This record gives sequence, structure tokens and C-alpha cells, in this order.
Amino acid sequence: MKAVCDWLDERTGWRKLTRALFCQNIPGGARWRYVWGGALIFCIGIQFITGIALWLGYSPSTQTAWESVNYLQNEVSGGWLLRGLHHYTAQILPVLLALNLMQVIIDGAYKAPREVNFWVGLVLLQVVLLMALTGYQLPWDQKGFWATKVAMNILGIVPLIGHSLQRILIGGPEYGQLTLTRFFGVHAGLLPATLLAVLSVKVYLGCRQGFKGREPSSHPDAPFWPDQALRNAAACLAIAATLLFLILRHRIFSTPGPLGAELGAPADPSEPYSAARPEWYFLFLFQFLKCFPARMEIVGAIIIPGLVVGVFFLMPFIGKTKLGHRFNLGFLGCLFVGIGWLTYTALSLDARNASYQAAVKAAGVEAARAKELAHSPTGVPAGGAIAMLRSDPLTQGPKLFAKNCASCHRYHGHDGTGQLVKDPQSASDLAGFGSRDWLAGLLDPERISTTNYFGGTKLRDGKMPKFVKKDVANYTAEQKAQLVKVLAAVSAEAGLKSQLAMDAHEAAGIAEGRTLLRDAMKCTDCHQFQTPDADATAPDLTGYGSREWLVKFLANPAHPNFYGDHNDRMPAFGEKQILDAQQIALLADWLRGDWYEPAPEVN
Amino acid sequence: MQSREPDARSGRRDFLKKSLAIILGGVAAFLPALAAVIALTDPLRRQTSSAGAVRITSVDALPQDGVPRKFPVLASRTDAWNKSVNVPIGAVYLRRTGAGKVEALNVVCPHAGCFVDYSAARAGFVCPCHNSSFELDGAIADASSPSPRALDTLPVEIRPDGSVWVTFQNFQAGRAEKVPVT
Repeated sequence: MKAVCDWLDERTGWRKLTRALFCQNIPGGARWRYVWGGALIFCIGIQFITGIALWLGYSPSTQTAWESVNYLQNEVSGGWLLRGLHHYTAQILPVLLALNLMQVIIDGAYKAPREVNFWVGLVLLQVVLLMALTGYQLPWDQKGFWATKVAMNILGIVPLIGHSLQRILIGGPEYGQLTLTRFFGVHAGLLPATLLAVLSVKVYLGCRQGFKGREPSSHPDAPFWPDQALRNAAACLAIAATLLFLILRHRIFSTPGPLGAELGAPADPSEPYSAARPEWYFLFLFQFLKCFPARMEIVGAIIIPGLVVGVFFLMPFIGKTKLGHRFNLGFLGCLFVGIGWLTYTALSLDARNASYQAAVKAAGVEAARAKELAHSPTGVPAGGAIAMLRSDPLTQGPKLFAKNCASCHRYHGHDGTGQLVKDPQSASDLAGFGSRDWLAGLLDPERISTTNYFGGTKLRDGKMPKFVKKDVANYTAEQKAQLVKVLAAVSAEAGLKSQLAMDAHEAAGIAEGRTLLRDAMKCTDCHQFQTPDADATAPDLTGYGSREWLVKFLANPAHPNFYGDHNDRMPAFGEKQILDAQQIALLADWLRGDWYEPAPEVN
Repeated sequence: MQSREPDARSGRRDFLKKSLAIILGGVAAFLPALAAVIALTDPLRRQTSSAGAVRITSVDALPQDGVPRKFPVLASRTDAWNKSVNVPIGAVYLRRTGAGKVEALNVVCPHAGCFVDYSAARAGFVCPCHNSSFELDGAIADASSPSPRALDTLPVEIRPDGSVWVTFQNFQAGRAEKVPVT
């Protein structure tokens, strides 16, 4: 063994190198305050290991970026741990660097001959921040998409080159495929290479200049190995434990939240996301920008940050005198207080902002749904998760309803998405449309004339309310029992998913109801049922509430099979091309409660 | 003797410190490595389910004279996060071997995974990559063929309506025995 080591040493000089690295003299002996360098290298090491592993599962394109990250997060074993480590180390790194810089400034360790070392540290912090910024976008979820879009727009206001730089970085006028390939290349290629180069310079300078102690020290000098190495190792372990805690915290405390890093709903350029915020350590900049009126943004976004960075670079020269050093300390203090205050303001404003909270909540619901659909037997189509969400009734139904129906109709009293509507309700509440409960309300003398049914329409005084209020109101007990069967029969026409079991179970009663509907109940005096009836003046009860019926109804409610001339203000959504066939089908499916639901987990 | 005792103690302490530094550092470094290894070896723990019997064609579409015909196999396919239905997952050669009897061969050459071609002149199959040659029934045609085994036969069923169903399966290339790819 020794012979092999000797042979290798003669040719490489590795012993001298290890001695230089491990037996470096530490003035005043090992100290906890010297663990920064080790911790930093540890974190960068984690980022390289997890980053390369993530790379092996990531696919940068608009149809596959979110999809591959979601697959990694939710399907691949240990994927959540991998992502979590990368995500939270990216949060710890800037903190470590900033704290280290603070310590260097406070100790005056930027003074000659360490100026270059200090500058390299500043560059390192900026490289790390750029990596965080570019990495934030790669999952291509709503949050990352909209937040980095803001950052790119800020880049665009840089005089002269801003616009071109922006266009080069995002690969065109709009965010798209090239944005992802470029951000990924920058994040996983260009910046890590830069980081390695900067880091080597820093390590070289560190070795050349040795540790900077607080002179004079009462303790004797000691080599790095093993005392300082032990402290560094303990610090690394503490970081690893912190990372694990951050990753598992929602499981430990049983709070709602992801295992590891969050993944939002897939990015959708057509769905603005009002809860877009940058990563927390950029929040102060976000808040700072709000202070500047239009056309003055350049001051807040570029000039002032540029000046601040400039002061940092000049610190070694300013700090040559005692007064200069005090200025540096004061500047640092003011900056940290300012950043802290801005961050706090941003957070507390958001905490009190109801529409922001609603957007975060809606984004959470959509993200959970996207994850659920991706896991479903149909999975992610080739068109990507956006195509998947766009054809999901549960996701699109409420939005379509809020936009097209909720100015008159309601859904459980709201607009479908859970928001209350300012306009007065003038047409029926469609939650549970076609179900037995809904129909029972329609045939209820007390309820038919409320706005939840016909109350807000001109049909309020039509034949149906008259029939319900005069005839049904005076029904005998026997007739009431018959009515229940008729309602079950009409409701069975809809074939609602929620009633399938009930319909199958009560097939005999439903068959009886169908006969009663024609004879005893006289529904067919006005309605058509199963046999064509040219004289029918009310909506067809054949297939009432079924998908086909609803699609035709939405296409044109004034069709003779439905309300005909009696139709109130409801537009012919299909025939007037207000909605396309897919949108109508999505609305119909949503109203019928027909969407994919994961099978309950069997334990 | 007295002067050596503190030496030994500090030596022990030194050893303890060194071991502890290595252990603590090792545990910390182990975490990202572990996560990477677990995630990267995920494919080893993932099993693809067989497509089951797939309808290929109707028996009338097969030449009466026993000349093989190539058909695509359409089935649903899961490719990591993407799921597609009714997409080509492979191809088979179907050939009549008698009245109401059909034989199915996977078109994949067992040598290196290229698709073999039917050659009417040689009345058999030839692989365009490394010249493996096979008889009509899939058997290796000449001893110098690089293929380690005959073409893979697949279970065929002719249903009463005349449709031909094949239980499609790929097998590992480069091995003498037929081992399903799962």
C-alpha cells in the first residue's frame, strides 16, 4: 500500500497537497467561527450531487418540464428528498454567504492583503443568487413562471442592452421552449462552471493567505486537522439536519404542505397568477420596487442595487482608515435593517391581502388537482399537463361557469369558484342540477318561486310554477309518494355519477315512476318524454340532465325541444359560438359532477 | 513513564477527534449521495406491465401461401410521466402455418435489437444490422449468424370472429434464453 502511495506521490505530489489543505496553520487554534468555508463547500457539494441527479430526471421543454419534475417529486422513490435537498440548500447557501460576508466585514478581514478574497466572495454570492433565480423557473410551475417573468422584465429596463439581453436570455419575445433550454443551460452549465472557477480562486487565495485570526490571540496555533476539521464536520452535520427538518417539517408537525420542495400547478401563460412572488430572499427587492413610480423603476431595480454592490466592492479601500471601517459597519447595519424591514413589510402585506391569499389557495387546489390527474390511469398526455388540466371538468367547469353563467345563475350560492357575485341572482342555482334533491326543490311549492329555481326569470309565472303551487301543493299522501317515484325516474334520465348506485338499486320504482310520469302526473301534457311530441311546450324529459341533453341545451336553450319561445335571457352558447364544443362539454360534465376522482386509498 | 502518560492520553483524544470528524462529515455527505442513489435506481424497482392480448388484424388479411406479413402492434404505453393509448409499441410478423393456424414472431432481432426484414429471395428473415439470418419459422438459418437465439415467437389466438390476437412481449437481446423485458 505504502509503495503504491509513494509511487503516486512521486508523480503527483498529492501528499504535499493534502498537507497544504489539511495541515494549514490556524492562528489561535480551531474556532467555531471558522466553519464557514467548510459549510459553504459542503452546501455547494450537495448542490452538485443533487443537481446532477435531478438533471438525470429533468426534461426542459414546455410540455415536459413540469411533468418531469412532478414525476420526480411524486412518483420516483426518493425524488422528493432529492428535490427537497436541492431546494433548501439553495435557500441556506445565500444565508451562509451573507453571514460570512458580514463576519468578514465586522472583523475587518477585507483589509490588505485580503481585498481580492473579499471581492471573490462578493462575486460568489452573486453567482449563487443567479443560480437561485434561474433554478426557480425550471419546474415551470405557475409560481416560478410568473416570478421569473417579472425578473426578466426588470432586466428589460436596463438602458441600451436590456431589451436585447432579455430577448437573448428568454430566447424570443415570449416565454417558451427556448426560455427553458436557456435557463437550464445557464443554471446547470454556465453558472456551475463559473462557480467552480470562482470557488477555486477563493480556495487558492484562502490557502495562500491562511486563516485570519482576531489578533492578538491567547491560544496557541493549531493545524486544521483534526480540531478545525471536527468543528467543520459538526457544522456540516448540523446543516444536513436542518435540511432534513425543512424537508420533513410538514410531516413532523402534520401541517398541510409538501414533502420537500413545493411544486405549483403547471405554468399557463393564459392564466395570470396573481400570487407570483420571488423566493423569500428576493422579497425585499420586490417590495423595494413598489416604492418607485413608473419610469423610475430603473432607480430601484438597477441604479440603487448597483450602487450598493459598488460600495461593497469599495469597502476594502474605504476601510483603510478607522473612520472608513466604521462607515462600512454602519452601511452594513443600515442595509440589513432595510432589507429586514422591506422583507417584513412584504410578508405582512401579503398576510393581510385577501386576494393574494385567495390566489395562493386557488393555486394550491390547482396544483393538487394537477398532481392527481398526472397520477390517474390516463396520466399526462403528450400535449403535457396544461392539455391535461384544460380538458379537466373539475378545473375548467368553475372558471367557465363564473365567466359565462354566474351573472344570472349560482352554484351553491357562489360563482362556481367560491367567490360571491355582486349582481343579483336572476336564474336557478345549478349545484346538483338534475339530481333528486334538486328536482325535489323544483317540485316544492315553497321553493319553485325562489330565485334558486324560477323566481328570477319570466318563467316565474309560467305553467310549471302554477302546476306546482296549485296541484302539487294539494297532493294527497298517495300522490306525494307517486311524485317521489316520478322524480326518481326523471333524475335517473340524467344518469348522474353520484346516483348510479341508487338508480340501479331502485330500478323497479324508477320504472313505475316512468309510467306515472305519463299517466297520473300528467307531465307529458307539456313535456315530451321518450315518444316524440310535436305539441310539447316544455323541455324534453327524455334524457333530462344527461350529458347529451345538457350539451344540446347549452348549445341552444330556445330549441323547440327545450324552452322554445319561452326561453328567457339565456344565450345559445353553442349556436352563437360564445363557447366552443369542448367548453360546453366541460361545463356539462362539471355540472353533472362527472370528472376523474382517484380511487380512495386502500390501506 | 510519567512523561509518556499525557502523551498517550492526547494521542487517544486525537484519534477520537479524527474518527469523529470522519464519521460526522461522512454522515453529512451521505445524505445527498443517498438521495441521489435512491432516485437514480428507481427504474430498477419499476415493473412494466405486459400489454396482454392485443388485436392485430383479421385472419383474412394473411396471405394464403404462408408468406409472413408485418403488422404494427398498437397498445397503451407508459413512458415515465406520459401515458398514451393506441400507439405502436412494436411489430410482429404473422404467417399462416396451416388451416386456422397462425404463427407470430417478434420483429426484434435477439442479437442487438434491430428490426429484421423479410426476404422473399431467401424465404426467411435477415437482420440489416449484423446479418443474422433466420428461417421462416424464426429458427437461426446459418451457423455464422451472430444472433444467440431464434426469433422470439409470441402466443397467438384466433378468435371466432376471425380476428388475430397476439400477447405481445419484448425479450432481452443478446442472451441465449428468452427472458422477458419487464
